[in-house]
Amino acid sequence: MNGFERLFPYLLAGVSVGGQYALIAIGYTMVYGILRLINFAHGDIFTVAGFFMVYMSATMPLVVSIPLTIILTVLLGFTVERVAYKPLREAPRMSIMISAIGVSYLLQNLMWYVTGGLAKQYPVLPWLSNSVTILSATTKIVTIVTPLLTVALVLLLLQLINHTKTGMAMRAVSRDFETAKLMGIKIDRVISISFIIGSFLAAAGSLLYFTNYPTVTPTVGAMPGLKAFVAAVFGGIGSIPGAVVGAFLIGISENLIKAFGYSTFSDAFTFALLIVILLVRPTGLFGEKTIDKV
Amino acid sequence: MNTKKRGLVIGLILLALLFAGLYILENTISSSTMLITILKKGVIYALIAVSMNLLNGFTGLFSLGQAGFMLIGAYTYAILTIPVNMRGMIYQYYDGGIVQFALPAIIGILCAGLLAAFFAFLVGLPVLRLKSDYLAIATLGFAEIIRAIIQYEGLGPLTNGSNLLRRFPTFQSVLYPFAAAAICIGAILLLINSTYGRAFKAIRDDEVAAEAMGINLFFHKQLSFVVSSFFAGIGGALLAMYQGSIQVATFKSAMTYEILLIVVIGGMGSVTGSVIASFLFVASSEWWLRFLDNEMFIGTFQVPLLRSGFRMVVFSVIIMAVVLFYRRGIMGDKEFSLTRVRNRLLNRKAGRNA
Amino acid sequence: MKKTLALLLVLMLMVPFLALGEEYAGTITIGIFEPASGDNAAGGKQETLGMYYANSLVGSVELNGKNYKLEVSEVDNQTSADKAPAAAQTLVGRNVNVVLGTYGSGASMAAAPIFEAAGIPAIGASCTNPGVTLGSPLYWRICYTDDFQGDVLANFAFNDLGVKVAYTLNMLGEDYGAGLVNYFTRAFEKLGGSVVADTFPEGTSDFTAYLQNAVNANAGVIFSPSSTTYASLMLGQAKSMNLALPFVAGDTWASLVILEAVQGSDLKVYFSDFFNENDENASQVSKDFVTGFKAWLNANPQNLTNNGGKDIIAAVSALGYDAYMTAVEAIKATENGSKEQIAEALPAVSYNGVTGMIVFDENGDAKKDIAYINIADTKSLNYIFVTTTSIQ
Repeated sequence: MNGFERLFPYLLAGVSVGGQYALIAIGYTMVYGILRLINFAHGDIFTVAGFFMVYMSATMPLVVSIPLTIILTVLLGFTVERVAYKPLREAPRMSIMISAIGVSYLLQNLMWYVTGGLAKQYPVLPWLSNSVTILSATTKIVTIVTPLLTVALVLLLLQLINHTKTGMAMRAVSRDFETAKLMGIKIDRVISISFIIGSFLAAAGSLLYFTNYPTVTPTVGAMPGLKAFVAAVFGGIGSIPGAVVGAFLIGISENLIKAFGYSTFSDAFTFALLIVILLVRPTGLFGEKTIDKV
Repeated sequence: MNTKKRGLVIGLILLALLFAGLYILENTISSSTMLITILKKGVIYALIAVSMNLLNGFTGLFSLGQAGFMLIGAYTYAILTIPVNMRGMIYQYYDGGIVQFALPAIIGILCAGLLAAFFAFLVGLPVLRLKSDYLAIATLGFAEIIRAIIQYEGLGPLTNGSNLLRRFPTFQSVLYPFAAAAICIGAILLLINSTYGRAFKAIRDDEVAAEAMGINLFFHKQLSFVVSSFFAGIGGALLAMYQGSIQVATFKSAMTYEILLIVVIGGMGSVTGSVIASFLFVASSEWWLRFLDNEMFIGTFQVPLLRSGFRMVVFSVIIMAVVLFYRRGIMGDKEFSLTRVRNRLLNRKAGRNA
Repeated sequence: MKKTLALLLVLMLMVPFLALGEEYAGTITIGIFEPASGDNAAGGKQETLGMYYANSLVGSVELNGKNYKLEVSEVDNQTSADKAPAAAQTLVGRNVNVVLGTYGSGASMAAAPIFEAAGIPAIGASCTNPGVTLGSPLYWRICYTDDFQGDVLANFAFNDLGVKVAYTLNMLGEDYGAGLVNYFTRAFEKLGGSVVADTFPEGTSDFTAYLQNAVNANAGVIFSPSSTTYASLMLGQAKSMNLALPFVAGDTWASLVILEAVQGSDLKVYFSDFFNENDENASQVSKDFVTGFKAWLNANPQNLTNNGGKDIIAAVSALGYDAYMTAVEAIKATENGSKEQIAEALPAVSYNGVTGMIVFDENGDAKKDIAYINIADTKSLNYIFVTTTSIQ
């Protein structure tokens, strides 16, 4: 086997994992762009989406349970924002971040309670779960589909942000919260929309993720969530293309590290990368420069 | 000055009374009762919460690395104090490990604090230049890195890799953790009330203004970070002693979140608030709310919802309620003081008389 | 009005006490220290079932002519080293006389100092790490240990499977896996094989890179003692990759979760076990246990659910049963069943259990030297018995 054939399976897995991180990372980056809030609960919303699917597919056919999962997840994201973040709009930033940590704690405990702390098996989605061989790697079809779908969804999202009125409002709010408000933009509506989009992508991500790794536990979203966040910071938080590029880079490098035998540090590497990026270029790859205002 | 001195005397008398009370309590009830357990764990959490409050509440640095420094403290303590004749058994896959001496417990605790402080110094150099949420996420990442390094197989002879550490000296009496925590919290109080402490608060309230007034931002941030980590390290060592065995898995980010929530419940910027909240938090999660986890029957009627895990749900709902509706926590940024209680009582009486 | 309500409430609260009809001289509480949630919940629940079944058979003992009630008190330790001490404290707070458990050696070792400080003897049912009893005078164990198990599995891989290179994979920060891998490696290298070692961090979902590492290392077998939650992910991905390498693992893989994971694949999954319900040479005690336990499981849907929905008997259930019965044997040798007396009585216990004779050595370990090697059937949910081995 030559070098490339040896590495190809790792690259393929990396691209696939990267795609999944990207779908979560967009949720982080959009919320941060607008609210300047690290939504710690986002990874848990992703996990809850997994459980919605587990429980609903037990009683309903997939054609019903998939859309229903997405709708419920979106509703959850929307509710979390309204209940836990909106009342703190005027509070210091630390308070709202603590509220996010509290929501994450609550969601994890709630999932633990409902499932009894047992791992649940994710339903098998037809076709996506089948095996396919390309070059030197045999893998599930979903591995190939994930990055493609991710890129398609992102292009769609960019269209929405750059070419619609809502998108313009979102950009305005993220540029300058106060001025946007004065210009008559309905801030609450814009924020809700960004949470809805973020949760929608998290639900889509969870469908792909759990088809690939079909065991759902209450804490399964914590690591992908954190890594997606790192990806968002890496690419320049607030920037959607940045988050996607960051996510793919992290997914690939993580798998390469495992390939070279340093698997103990595959998680640590991600965080080391984060710290280095924060120090060298705090605004990330594609982030805008921020100016301190007194 | 006079009132200050009087306050100090009253404080010391109260402390002496507290210890006397604990001593009597310990000699009257069995040491394995839940009350004693809660007191031990509560006071250790109080120290850790106060150390985090110094950073988050008094200096306004949103750091999420507390668990990492506790981990360093706990491991330092354990590695240095396990008796030599036990090492062969504990480091069973590493031929007894490379540390072949054992220090007395008190020195082990000090080393735990010092090493945590030293790492905080190193980490602080780059990280403290970051602003609020970036600082939070960088410190969180740092704690994760520490965890991976300690578990690294290559460091096995030192840290025992994936295997837990145990058989280090522990305490039986509740007086020891109380004494340790009292000394440490006392030291933190002294720092807060010094010129440095006032500089910390100035930085918290307005960084730019503080700098304009000639406060060396970086020096003071670094000082607060190092001191906070020193006491977190000691807290970690005490926690190791309380548990009797330690493993890296104890010190995940969930631990940091729990302590942060304690600080919030007690009130950011209130030492007494953190202490009160620690005892409340530990007692309700380990003791008072335990009944929620068990199925309960009244006659043949099964009380709905009660089963394993319900306790934590109720608990997190309470926490969310505090975060959303009592944002200032139990104490706000005020301290509990007898003078204020007395004044309030007198005022109420005066109001009634008027 | 309020008074009547209060009175009613008090009366209602007293109902459980009134219901205590039989006359007992006292109660001896047996603490069950097992995971009911978390990564190892499936196995922990099965072990607990064995104990409850034993309790349903022997619910009281007679000491000095007085009848004592045997009560079980369960606590969930989530098999995590951080939750275990708090759970152990809870049992200590309930003043239990003896503790049974736990599935997952790490949690046993983490809790040992707490039970010891309270003077409560503990009997491990399926915790195989030698560290559980080593240097813990109040911890006993009724199963074989990892040095034996590692040896058996290394011999099986080297001699029976004819493999020269093994790839080991365990979770970082987990005592059980790290220990077993260590003993396996020692034995395998002693036989003349070579080992490529790898570890995965907690929370890993994607095992493709690790499986690929095994292939690239030209390994002939993957040795991966890990919790069933991770194992099912690993096996699922191996299935999609059409991996031809056989898996070998320790006792935790003897679980319905694993059987379900390999259904309809070509994977070969071998694991060591303490017991096999289809063993034809089994003792009468074992045969009685198999029929009795199956009937008990099928009689109560909740029990059947906790067993994973099928009435296949896991070895840990047999061990749970044996642990309870060992405790009962020790209690019978006491005056009043106090924790001190049980601790004193345990070293001399000799009990013919479902999983073999239980006699303790000076470490507090049962002298057991037989391991079953099973393979997971890929067609129907069953274990296929391969061989029994013992190494002197």
